[in-house]
Amino acid sequence: MDGMSLLTVTVLAVFVGFEVVSKVSSTLHTPLMSGANAIHGIILVGAIIVAGQAADPWILAVALLAVVLATANLVGGFVVTDRMLHMFHARKEPVRTGAAAGEDGK
Amino acid sequence: MSLLDPVWTSLLYLAAAVFFILALRGLSSPRTARRGNLIGAFGALLAVVTVFLSARLENIPWIIGAIAVGTAVAAPVARRVKMTQMPQLVALFNGVGGGAAALVALLELSHNADPWVRLAIVFTLLVGAVSFAGSGVTFAKLQELMTTRPVVFPGLPVVMAVVLLAAVGTAVAVVLTGSLPLAVLLMVLGLAAGALLVLPVGGADVPIVISLLNAFTGLAVAASGVVLGNVLLVVAGTLVGASGTILTRAMAAAMGRSVAGILFGAFKGGSTAGSTAVSERPVRSSSAEDVAVLLGYAQRVIIVPGYGLAVAQGQHTAAELAQALEDRGIDVDFAIHPVAGRMPGHMNVLLAEANVPYESLKEMGEINSEFRTADVALVVGANDVVNPAAKTSSGSPIYGMPILEVSDARQVIFLKRSMRPGFAGIENELLYEPQTSLLFGDAKDSLAKVLGAVKAL
Repeated sequence: MDGMSLLTVTVLAVFVGFEVVSKVSSTLHTPLMSGANAIHGIILVGAIIVAGQAADPWILAVALLAVVLATANLVGGFVVTDRMLHMFHARKEPVRTGAAAGEDGK
Repeated sequence: MSLLDPVWTSLLYLAAAVFFILALRGLSSPRTARRGNLIGAFGALLAVVTVFLSARLENIPWIIGAIAVGTAVAAPVARRVKMTQMPQLVALFNGVGGGAAALVALLELSHNADPWVRLAIVFTLLVGAVSFAGSGVTFAKLQELMTTRPVVFPGLPVVMAVVLLAAVGTAVAVVLTGSLPLAVLLMVLGLAAGALLVLPVGGADVPIVISLLNAFTGLAVAASGVVLGNVLLVVAGTLVGASGTILTRAMAAAMGRSVAGILFGAFKGGSTAGSTAVSERPVRSSSAEDVAVLLGYAQRVIIVPGYGLAVAQGQHTAAELAQALEDRGIDVDFAIHPVAGRMPGHMNVLLAEANVPYESLKEMGEINSEFRTADVALVVGANDVVNPAAKTSSGSPIYGMPILEVSDARQVIFLKRSMRPGFAGIENELLYEPQTSLLFGDAKDSLAKVLGAVKAL
């Protein structure tokens, strides 16, 4: 891809990035940060490409280290975000079932 | 393997990029947040499968082994970490991502002679290394492996300036020569700069720094995408860089701070250090039993949890106290300031984990008008977020920060460790008001004592 197209994509991505998070409630700041943190773990794709082209064992070793680090970022990031959000979600369920049980009682 | 032709590869990467945008979009609203995160994870999986199917890769068993190792280390930690320790885990994951980006750039140096690509390489090296070291120091601060106070020493600004100048000089040399040893030196300088950047930041400001470093890693990943000619990395990295910047500013605004002030405050003489001056003015100190009586015979109690509660890990005791009061027929709500806890939104997570019903957690805008009807406002480990100086004293560092209007309640009880002001380093006039009483001690211990006394009523 030539430089001009990359620049175009980058500038558009900046505006999308600004736009999608502009109205987020402060309650979600932490999960949003954690989710964005997981997304940049996609550097894993870059680490895989570099490791896949490595001919020298030393280069391969460094590239594999990058793969391990990037995987930790990607997998760990999504898992911890999911756990955080699970807690928000789990709060509503028991209450709803509680209310339903109350109606059954009537 | 090369099962996919370039068109399909591009289309699948485009799909992954769209999933990432939808993920961020979903994460911005409580109803869709969890689905948003899963969409992001799916996008990542799609991208990784695509790279295996499209690029001509050697060493595939090794790569799969490395992915297995990374997963085996990160997934259990992410699953088991205590929610109070979650901020430092996010810092850690952010740091290793930055480190990975820097290593990728380092290895790409020998393949690229184009000066523009080399510019992207030195950018990735430097920013990735800054993010790695900075995140490492924030991790150490939050995990309390080192002091959470700002670390400053005489000449710090000079050292920082020297490191940055050396980094710029080395970066220019790397672009011109493509020398690998110089690139390694640049990484080392980046590590030093990252550590120096975060060391002077005070404990309470660390979350904002995590968010900033998160944006940095995003930019490093975007630059590595330029190096590899991979559009997905460019888009995903730029998205995180841009949204992370907005998020950092939103967090800082909610705390009444400026990002520059946090980063350079300590350099300029330590505004984040906070004052340790203790006023001699009289306050009404009270016992756990007195507090229990005030709470136990109230009709409506609003609990204001803060940083001190998170530090003392007293959220479960706070939830038990709320339950004990509810059992006595008292109406109890939690008033959550946007920046309560160790990170914005962190308090909601902590209280949700302690089984506080979702509808008892009230956001600031919702609860502020209700303090007027409350008999008791119980402030646990919070100070600046209830300080009326934010409204009344225009010279105050927190002037303009939205606060919880606890002074409208008939009685205000502060559970505080000491009379020391909060991290903004300003006195709280509310502590000296006639309707205020104070119970000194660790937030969790005090809550446990009050809980015992309430049950004994």
